[in-house]
Amino acid sequence: MKHWMGFPMFPEQASSVAGRVDALYFFLVAVSGVFAILIFGVITVFIVKYRRRPGKMAVASGHGHMWLELVWSVVPLALTMVMFFWGAKLFFTIYTAPPGAMDVFVVGKQWMWKFQHPEGQREINELHIPVGRPIKLTMISEDVIHDLFVPAFRVKNDVLPGRYTTMWFQATRKGDYRLFCAQYCGTEHSLMTGWVHVMDPPDYQNWLGGGAEAGPMHVIGGKLFDQLGCATCHKNDNTGRGPTLVGLFGSKVTLKSGQVMQADEDYIRDCITKPNARLLPNYEPIMPTFKGIISEEGLLQLIAYIKSLTPPQAAKTGSETK
Amino acid sequence: MTTSEPTMPPVHYLNCDYSIRSWLLTQDHKRIALLFLVSITVFFLLGSTYAGMIRTELLTPNGNVVSHQNYNKLFTMHGLIMIFFFLIPSIPTVLGNFLIPMMIGARDLAFPRLNLASWYVYTLGGIFTITAAVAGGVDTGWTFYTPYSSIYSHTNVTTMAVGVFITGFSSIFTGLNFIVTIHKMRAPGLTWFRLPLFVWAIYATSIIMVLGTPVIAITLAMVGLERVFHIGIFDPALGGDPLLFQHLFWFYSHPAVYIMILPSMGVVSELIACFSRNRIFGYKIVAFSSVAIAVVGFLVWGHHMFVSGQSAYAGLIFSFLSFLVAIPSAIKVFNWTATLYKGSISYDAPMLYALGFIGLFTIGGVTGLFLATLGMDVHVHDTYFVVAHFHYIMVGGAIMGYMGGLHFWWPKITGRLYPEQWARLAALVIFLGFNLTFFPQFILGYLGMPRRYHTYPAEFQVLNVMSSAGASILGVGYMLPLFYLLWSLRRGPIAGPNPWGAKGLEWLTPSPPPTENFEQTPVVTEEAYAYRPEENASG
Amino acid sequence: MDESPAMLRHQFEDASQQRESAVLGMWVFLATEIMFFGGLFAAYTAYRYQYGAGFAAASHHLNMLLGAANTAVLLTSSLTMALAVHAAQVGKKPAHIAGLLVLTMLLGCAFLGIKAVEYHDKFVHHLVPGASFVWEGTLTRQAEMFYYLYFAMTGLHAIHMLAGVGVVLVVAILAARGRYTPQYHNPLEITGLYWHFVDIIWVFLFPLLYLIA
Repeated sequence: MKHWMGFPMFPEQASSVAGRVDALYFFLVAVSGVFAILIFGVITVFIVKYRRRPGKMAVASGHGHMWLELVWSVVPLALTMVMFFWGAKLFFTIYTAPPGAMDVFVVGKQWMWKFQHPEGQREINELHIPVGRPIKLTMISEDVIHDLFVPAFRVKNDVLPGRYTTMWFQATRKGDYRLFCAQYCGTEHSLMTGWVHVMDPPDYQNWLGGGAEAGPMHVIGGKLFDQLGCATCHKNDNTGRGPTLVGLFGSKVTLKSGQVMQADEDYIRDCITKPNARLLPNYEPIMPTFKGIISEEGLLQLIAYIKSLTPPQAAKTGSETK
Repeated sequence: MTTSEPTMPPVHYLNCDYSIRSWLLTQDHKRIALLFLVSITVFFLLGSTYAGMIRTELLTPNGNVVSHQNYNKLFTMHGLIMIFFFLIPSIPTVLGNFLIPMMIGARDLAFPRLNLASWYVYTLGGIFTITAAVAGGVDTGWTFYTPYSSIYSHTNVTTMAVGVFITGFSSIFTGLNFIVTIHKMRAPGLTWFRLPLFVWAIYATSIIMVLGTPVIAITLAMVGLERVFHIGIFDPALGGDPLLFQHLFWFYSHPAVYIMILPSMGVVSELIACFSRNRIFGYKIVAFSSVAIAVVGFLVWGHHMFVSGQSAYAGLIFSFLSFLVAIPSAIKVFNWTATLYKGSISYDAPMLYALGFIGLFTIGGVTGLFLATLGMDVHVHDTYFVVAHFHYIMVGGAIMGYMGGLHFWWPKITGRLYPEQWARLAALVIFLGFNLTFFPQFILGYLGMPRRYHTYPAEFQVLNVMSSAGASILGVGYMLPLFYLLWSLRRGPIAGPNPWGAKGLEWLTPSPPPTENFEQTPVVTEEAYAYRPEENASG
Repeated sequence: MDESPAMLRHQFEDASQQRESAVLGMWVFLATEIMFFGGLFAAYTAYRYQYGAGFAAASHHLNMLLGAANTAVLLTSSLTMALAVHAAQVGKKPAHIAGLLVLTMLLGCAFLGIKAVEYHDKFVHHLVPGASFVWEGTLTRQAEMFYYLYFAMTGLHAIHMLAGVGVVLVVAILAARGRYTPQYHNPLEITGLYWHFVDIIWVFLFPLLYLIA
């Protein structure tokens, strides 16, 4: 934390947007401070200068001061519009993950955070990442609404049950930074905290190599795909009772209802958990639902497998902005 | 002035009948105001007790005073009680009920029996709430976010939801009564633009009360249905959408904050005018601002949901509108300040509260701009920054206004003066205690301390200790009026009709007033705040 | 306007102030009712957009004929109510006014009766949301959501109808006693407003629930 006169004032700036957020903060503090001091100052002067004295009467203000009203309406309006545009621009940066960001998958549940790297590494309440690379988190909750918050990065986003939300950041300095759950989620909400460990890229690679027992996500997903019988209907050569999934991820899909959807992570998850809500033309509605049968981690692994069936240059990175 | 010593009228609304029946079945708006005063004070004490326990727990980083779940219940009940059972009713049901008919020259509100019903409905809702508290409390946070509240919480959510649902109707009845009264029962000559600004403020508040409250009612009813019958309108597992709850909840709960602040602003207008002996600068602008805040306030609810999973484009619209709604409030602050110019200012306790309001509301208001700023809100959302912001507005703003109004109209309500020196001391103690409690929380929030945290990292302790120290001072400050106001009922000097020399129809009556307020309906010929009649007589 | 002094409440200056206040009060109350139903309409809109197919399928099981019959019943009851208010305004005999009000009541009860038949049918066919909900076909969750909203919206409406019938009964009794004259009939007028409002809510509910697809 940064201190001022011995008092902690604001967190480390450890991400690419932290400096910009702090700059906006200082602007807001400055404008607020100026207005507050102005108001307090003027009031203090007035209540002393015009205090009640025997023989001195109040002088009522005349009419025709519309110009003053306009000035002190327009000036604050102009300042607030500066705040609005600045904040909006920064907001879109915060929410638009750059292409090629490294994926990490997050499952929140009462009361812990489960992180999964595509290479297979899994962590609980700790997240190791390399410095200097954009990281995109795809997040979902197993139960209630949570929120992943890293003050040093100046970012947070709610983590919802039933659909994915995303968040991205790029760490700019090595170190250990606290993460918190920032949406009240029940009894041990304040214990749902942890650490982000930002490492040099070589150290990160070492760490990655050191312990993915079961293998990369897409490999585990492939095994699940076979175990659960998905391969029975979804054959790669498109001869099964269900459509092939090769090339599906990132494409546009036309449903039976005529609606056109983007085949992103949410779409795939919905197909698995509520297939009857994503019926395709020319196919019978015979796919059973796997809701409750596959965990959220399992769903993410399946999605990683299905992503791997799409050649890299054809795949988009799913939902980048909300 | 004919007599030198003020006297109490022999018969007035308090002593005309002493029986319990005459109080519990009263249709007199003044007595109903006092019934509400007692009720909301009880709830304020309960809510403050919860606050005291919260701040005691937060003295240390670890949770050693109460368990996790009990802490969660404490902040939930603190919020629910303070918002629904203290702040929302406070000024409208106490000062509004007492003063609106008098300020417009009427004998009572349009629907006196509805007014009494409002108190009974409030009390019934309160009983459900106390029941929920005694039966083990609620731990969802006052915001009841689903699916935690609808499926996961094992506490008395449904009982509490019923309590809030019922109390909502109290709000609706009161607001409806004020709207009809102000439209239809103004004395001859009392045009809209001659009304005291307190009446405008209550009118704007009433619009929000009647249009907003039904939405939270139906929303909580849906949460109750989900809990009881397990049908999932907000449950993703059953095809429901938790964000739908948030939209419906905040559609009321944002305008609700304007219900809490607008009446206070109305009080401040009255106090600034009287204690500077000046008409309010920019009267019409201030009146229109109140209505503008009420209307635009219905359009900004999504600023509570910038990081909720709501679309970024919706965020843009809500952010823009949130900045717009700030402007009328800023205009009011400037107009009040300008009213002081070349005034004749005295430092009585009500004025100290009014000045304190302006200062603290300014800080609370500008920190609202931080939250409306999209790129800024991402960092401070759901942290202590938000907690500090809304306490500056609701405690530093709304409650200061309420205290100022209570002191100002105390002589009219009771016929007695309160002890001025004690009142000034209390105002000062409250002001200092308040700032020590809540200013450190802005810093805590920016540092990253989330709200609703029972335990926290050790590096946040210093600021938490400062905040808790402030809370103890604030507590002392609030205790003082409880004692000296009660003392003044028996021992305070007799006030007389108009101890402040204020303008306004209510000051033309004896203190305390007779049941029917005015012997004869007054006829109004001058503007509000006509402290210099020859300059203010309208053409 | 002449007033019947006995009817003038003490807070009002004169009868016209009293009448205007009563009418404005009822309009404000109806505004709150619009917001109250509004929450459910908002939920309906959100889910209809998301679950169009499921809603259409679920709506098929509603009896359009009964729904249409109910619409006709309510519209007729609004006519009889309006006639009752008019009758008071032009000074018709108490029996005349009361008769029209009783007719309104009976039509209201007919509405509730038909609704009860429909609800019973849904119960028998396991279309009540919750543990006993059974849906043949796909899109179970969507259909259940439809029926949740169906019961919530028509249920809330039926509660308002029931309250309305109760109020009309009281007003009918008072009318029979000759309480309402051209000079004073405020309770009748505001009851009429309420009744028309509840009718209009149904006019929206009917197409939204029964006439999808």
